[in-house]
Amino acid sequence: MSRPEIRHDVRITDTTLRDGSHAQAHQFTVEQVRDTVRALDRAGVEVIEVTHGDGLGGSSFNYGFSHTSELELIAAAREEATQARIAVLLVPGIGTVDDLRRARDAGADVVRVATHCTEADVSPQHFGVARDLGMETVGFLMMAHRTSPEDLAKQARIMVDAGCQCPYVTDSAGALLMHDARARFEALLAEVGDEAWVGYHGHQNLSLGVANSVIAAEVGVKEIDGSLCALGAGSGNSPTEVLAAVFDRMGIATGLDVTALLDAAEDVVRPYLHRWPKMDRNAITQGWAGVYSSFLLHAEHAGERYKVPVPDILRRCGELGLVGGQEDMIIDIALELAREREQG
Amino acid sequence: MTAPAKVPAAIVGPGNIGTDLLAKLARSARIEVTAMVGVVESEGLDRARAMGVPASAEGVDWLLRQDPLPRIVFEATSAKAHAANAPRYEQAGIRAIDLTPAHLGPMVCPAVNMPEHLDAPNVNMITCGGQATIPIVAAVSQVVPVAYAEIVASAASRSAGPGTRANIDEFTQTTARAVEEVGGAERGKAIIILNPVEPPMIMRDTVFCSLPPDADHDAVAASVHRMVERVQQYVPGYTLRAEPQFDPPTDTWGGRGRVAVFLEVKGNGDFLPEYAGNLDIMTAAAAQVGELVAAEMEVAA
Repeated sequence: MSRPEIRHDVRITDTTLRDGSHAQAHQFTVEQVRDTVRALDRAGVEVIEVTHGDGLGGSSFNYGFSHTSELELIAAAREEATQARIAVLLVPGIGTVDDLRRARDAGADVVRVATHCTEADVSPQHFGVARDLGMETVGFLMMAHRTSPEDLAKQARIMVDAGCQCPYVTDSAGALLMHDARARFEALLAEVGDEAWVGYHGHQNLSLGVANSVIAAEVGVKEIDGSLCALGAGSGNSPTEVLAAVFDRMGIATGLDVTALLDAAEDVVRPYLHRWPKMDRNAITQGWAGVYSSFLLHAEHAGERYKVPVPDILRRCGELGLVGGQEDMIIDIALELAREREQG
Repeated sequence: MTAPAKVPAAIVGPGNIGTDLLAKLARSARIEVTAMVGVVESEGLDRARAMGVPASAEGVDWLLRQDPLPRIVFEATSAKAHAANAPRYEQAGIRAIDLTPAHLGPMVCPAVNMPEHLDAPNVNMITCGGQATIPIVAAVSQVVPVAYAEIVASAASRSAGPGTRANIDEFTQTTARAVEEVGGAERGKAIIILNPVEPPMIMRDTVFCSLPPDADHDAVAASVHRMVERVQQYVPGYTLRAEPQFDPPTDTWGGRGRVAVFLEVKGNGDFLPEYAGNLDIMTAAAAQVGELVAAEMEVAA
């Protein structure tokens, strides 16, 4: 298996239309997707991810129902993109290979298969089908702060052996400090760097998404994620427009047009934002306590409904070691906290 | 009057599931395990022998040479092995209770639809998450029409074996189908999450059902409580984490409301660890199906 050609020093994948779906409560419309893809495509972004925030099949009670079917959004994105490839997220246990086939039919070129950082062995089935479908493959090792660099590298090995062309250090909680991030990048590069690319997906909960991206590029990570206006879960992702500007200043070639991205963020994305992700008390708590960023809106909702402080809910999520996908447990925790309050 | 003779049964597949099932059936008043069958010598066969149960590594060939034959066989091997064995059981007139994902017979959950399938030559135990959640879907759909039901099963990483991991889609697809066919929802969805936290988390399941705007919440809650008691008869560690939670209708839910039911499934700790409620509920449900089938056999005799 070969890895895809990367034309510049680093390739940026924009996930405004996937991770950003969390911040938008999965209410993206066809028009918003078309406008955003057109702007990203023109600015030179080579990979654009479009899916429900929790991946294919994520539209549900547990994660929130999509306003518009993701297949319709993927097809719209595919129509608008002239040079960019369209990526989709697939979380085994939520989405299935049938969902993947439908996404492929709708025009997806790349699949990013995501597992918790210790559970990569649920992904080979999906990588196998993706390769059969002729798709480019990325592997997301989520909540990468929850395991050691050595063990993360072993999990990356499982994915690569299954057909993954680029395992990612996925900092879902925005919890990786710079030395933690570097150790994981280096461990993955040492384990699979000869045959696959290594990627990094950051969140800004502790304000380190961009800083970690700089380290990533310096040590040889080739694929880095960003979102316009940081639109993503928690306090959002590393802003694509900031990454473009920083890499430009560093002399690291990305093929991106900084001005076009600044315009895209300001003129296309900002007007439709439900909320501009920011480092507020709740989101910082997520980075601090190591909590899956997508829990934010769910915790806010449960906090309001059951009259318990949101940071308390999030800290309890961290203490219990919840992983991505366990949004249902947030309600359970809020009920538990409410009971504890009643009992004084 | 003497107690009726117990119904002889065999367990095929002496792994963790088979061994836990043996421990459960050892307490049965109706079933006597007369054989534990594997295809290679294993600790599981030794454990069975230590309990005084005849055990063989010579597979189903050996089993079918026994006289008398068992009347029930519990299959805890793999879908492939069961597909090969099932016709042989049927030919020998042995009832099969299938704990594998083979799905040759109707999907059963003892608290929900077992009476309908007491005569089936082969029944399938759905999935672990299905055994835990489908009773709740059924409890709600007995009261109101359920247009959509969704279940989320969270299990400890250590309790998910290589078979489950290699084909995790099988879990989501089969469970979703059973939420519809057995649970009674018009449309079903299933999600499974593996969590590696240490010490291992006890199995947790959440059931979401959509409700018509005018649903009688008290009646739904009462039905859920009754169903939990029914499941507790064979899974003592099956409990509600909280009262069912009702949400009012919203546009994003197509004008429907929602009930959310939060469950914990703590295993009995027979052979499998307590946290592995996902595995325990399979063996407990299979044992319960065996009890019901054996009781029916007694009546028929």
